This record gives sequence, structure tokens and C-alpha cells, in this order.
Amino acid sequence: MIPRHQKILFALLLVASLAMGAALWHLRQRAHQRLLAGQDSAPTSAPAVAPAEQATLLMANDSDGSILPQLHSLPLPADAGARARAVLGKLLDLYAAPDAAHPVPGGASSVLQVFLLPAPELAGAVPATGKPRIADSRNVVILSRESRANSPGAASQNAPQTGPLLAVVNLTGSFAASHPSGIETEMLTVLSICGTLRANLPRVTQVRFLVDGQQRATLAGHADLTRTYLTGDAVPSNEAHP
Amino acid sequence: MRWIKYAWSALVVALLAAQLVLAQPAPPAPQARFVVVLDAAHGGEDTGGRLANGQFEKSFTLAMSVRLRSLLAARGIQVVTTRDSDAAVDPVKRAEIANHAQAQACLSLHASESGSGIYLFTSSLTPAATTRFPAWKTAQAASVTRSLKLAGVLNSALLQAGMSVTLGRTSLPALDSMTCPVVAVEIAPEQNANHQTTAGLDDKDYQARVAAALAATLVEWRTEVRQP
Repeated sequence: MIPRHQKILFALLLVASLAMGAALWHLRQRAHQRLLAGQDSAPTSAPAVAPAEQATLLMANDSDGSILPQLHSLPLPADAGARARAVLGKLLDLYAAPDAAHPVPGGASSVLQVFLLPAPELAGAVPATGKPRIADSRNVVILSRESRANSPGAASQNAPQTGPLLAVVNLTGSFAASHPSGIETEMLTVLSICGTLRANLPRVTQVRFLVDGQQRATLAGHADLTRTYLTGDAVPSNEAHP
Repeated sequence: MRWIKYAWSALVVALLAAQLVLAQPAPPAPQARFVVVLDAAHGGEDTGGRLANGQFEKSFTLAMSVRLRSLLAARGIQVVTTRDSDAAVDPVKRAEIANHAQAQACLSLHASESGSGIYLFTSSLTPAATTRFPAWKTAQAASVTRSLKLAGVLNSALLQAGMSVTLGRTSLPALDSMTCPVVAVEIAPEQNANHQTTAGLDDKDYQARVAAALAATLVEWRTEVRQP
């Protein structure tokens, strides 16, 4: 004979088991619904791109050693660092094109990052020269003033709101390795990058270069990448964006 | 009085001897020595650019340095080279060699397949006054004016030799540390107005013309340097 209290306990345990089974079933259904809801929220269309804007690219030409401004329409992000990377990417894409006047392989993917930092004081640095290149009469005069500055320090992609900026351009090692070697061609690349940054981001007054995140002596054996390039004279004032 | 006669004769002889000595022309003042430094760029593992014929830039610059040294030596110019073999020489060492030579002209020889004609580059440093202890990385600043003058003389000579010349300013580590008047000479293939190559870097005649023009310029530069 089963005592009464054991019968009651058995009934309670049975009810509890059934209730727990029901609760488990309910939770499983909820989790399933949540998964289905998550799949529904996945984007089914491409995100809206930044609006196309006019960008001034300073295009180098090997045949006459000139650097001429060209206007191009391309989507430009609002963030200054991303904007700088976008214009340099476009510039290097044009250089990588088969019929480029300044052929440099690599393209847009050669620019890993562009960091924008407050420009360090150049007190005590070498006075810079703004002397133009002397070439044939078709040349647009362009030679950035160059000088030395302190290490840029910690990098941040959030550009300061005011004051002059130092742009640190991080290039890929493959870009440097495949760049044609020569004083003229390397300087044209460096100066066109400096000029393009200045034309589209007027607050960028200084430019430094890294290759795969490291300092490198030269681009391809000639152009000095250990120093800071000043962009002050790189772009005619009427070509710069406001 | 006999001793008066002897004294008088001795005096006359002394006066004649003095006259003879004074009549001789003064020996020419020793001319300041004229030294040229030839810096063949690259070397060793640093091959420089690869040229169209598969040759490396380091070999081309060394060959041009050897050729130019012979031409200058034949003209009585003392030449110091930064390298005579396929050896790696870092920029600091190159500048040290040039500065120890106390040269009146330095040429840094480069070559490239891009562009056309001869490119003459001087340091982009701002001209500065000579100081007793110039900063190593900007030692060229005190000589930039003379470097520009040397580039002008080179430009004239190369144009007269029928070559296209482009002048520019650049920033090269070795160049900026040299205290001599220095010009980086980058030799590119010769092209016509339609951008067709008329003389490649492996063209012996082209090499000879460039070397001859550079040697003639340095002879002219020696004359300018020695003028008071």
C-alpha cells in the first residue's frame, strides 16, 4: 500500500515535469522565432554610398615631369581619414591603369590607412624650400617644401576639428616593391600624393609615409620617406577646395 | 788702402747678386687642388632599378663612374669615387667620403628607365650660411647655392651636346649630408618629340656622349672655381 503523502509527491513531481517540459518547448520556440527574426533583419540591399563629389587629383606625368590637377567625381565619405584614403585610392587607381602617364602598379588597395593627426610644431626644423622645379614651359610648378619633424606619435583616425593636420599615409610593401625606381618617378609619386591630400583636405600641411606600418628609408631606392613633407606650395591656391 | 778695395768689390758683387735674384720671376702660387667625387649610386644588395636590358641600375652607375673617372683623369682632374666595385655603401659613408675629399664638385650618378634625357637634381634644402659645425643631415644647406650653379653649368653643357635636360630639387639622404657642390645626375633613355626612344641606356654612343659632356662641364667648372 502506497502511503498518501507519496502519492501526492508523485503527482506534484509529475506536474512539475510536465510544466518544465512545456516551458522548455516554449523557450525553444522563442529562440527559433528570434533566429528567424535575425535573418529577416539582414540587409537585402547594398548600403547607400556616399554622395559623389568633385575631387582634385594631382596627376603626375613621366614624359614631361609635370603634375597637373584633374577634377574627378567620386563618392567621398564624410570622415576626413576615410576621405583622404578614398582620394588617394582613386589617384593610385589611375596610376595603375594601362595607359597611365605615370604608371605605378598597385591601385587603391596600396593605401592601407591614412591617419590624420595634429601637425607637430616644426620649430628647430630645417627651413624648407619652395623652389619650383625648372622644367619645360608646360610644367605646372610643384615641389613640396620639405622639412623634418618629430615622430607623429600615436595615430588616431579621428581628425582634430581645428588646426593644421599631419597626414600619415600607410602604404603596402607590395606597392613600394613594385614602384618603378628612379629619383624623378619616385618624387612625382610622393609629390602628387602630397598635393592631392592638400587639394582635398586643405588643413593637411604635413605628410609622412609608412610602409606596412613601418618607417622605410626610401620609396624604391631614391625618394626619402624618413622625413616630413610640407604641402604648403604643392597646390596652387585656386585649385584647392575651400 | 787694400781692405777698402776688397770691401768695395764685395759690396758691388753683393749688389749684382741681389739684382739677379730680384730680377727672377716669382714662382707661381700653388693652385688649389681640384677634386671631383663620383658617387655611383646603389651597390651590393641595393640593386637600384632594373633597366630595360635586364641590367641593374647599380651596374650602370658603376660603369658610368669608371668611364667618367678615366675621362677626368686624362684631363688632370683628381677623382675620388665612393665605390669601385659592386659593394654596398650606405648614404652616410658616401657623404663621409665626399666630405673628407673636400671636393669642389660631386656628382651622384643614377639611371632610370622612366622619363627621358638627363635629370639634374640639387638638394631641396634652403641655402644657409656656412657654420663651423653644420648639422649632418643638412650639411648641404651651406653649399646649395654652389650646387645650383654647378647644375646650371651642367645644364648648359648637356643642352649644347644636344640632350634634353630637366632640372629639379629633391631630397636624397646622401646628397643632403655632403658639403661639396653636388648634383644628382639621373640618366634616362633619350626620346624624341613623339616619346619614341632614340637611344636606350645600353647605347654605348649615348653613354659616351653623356660622359663626355659631364667631363667637359667639370673642366669648365674647374676654371670657374679657380677664377678669383
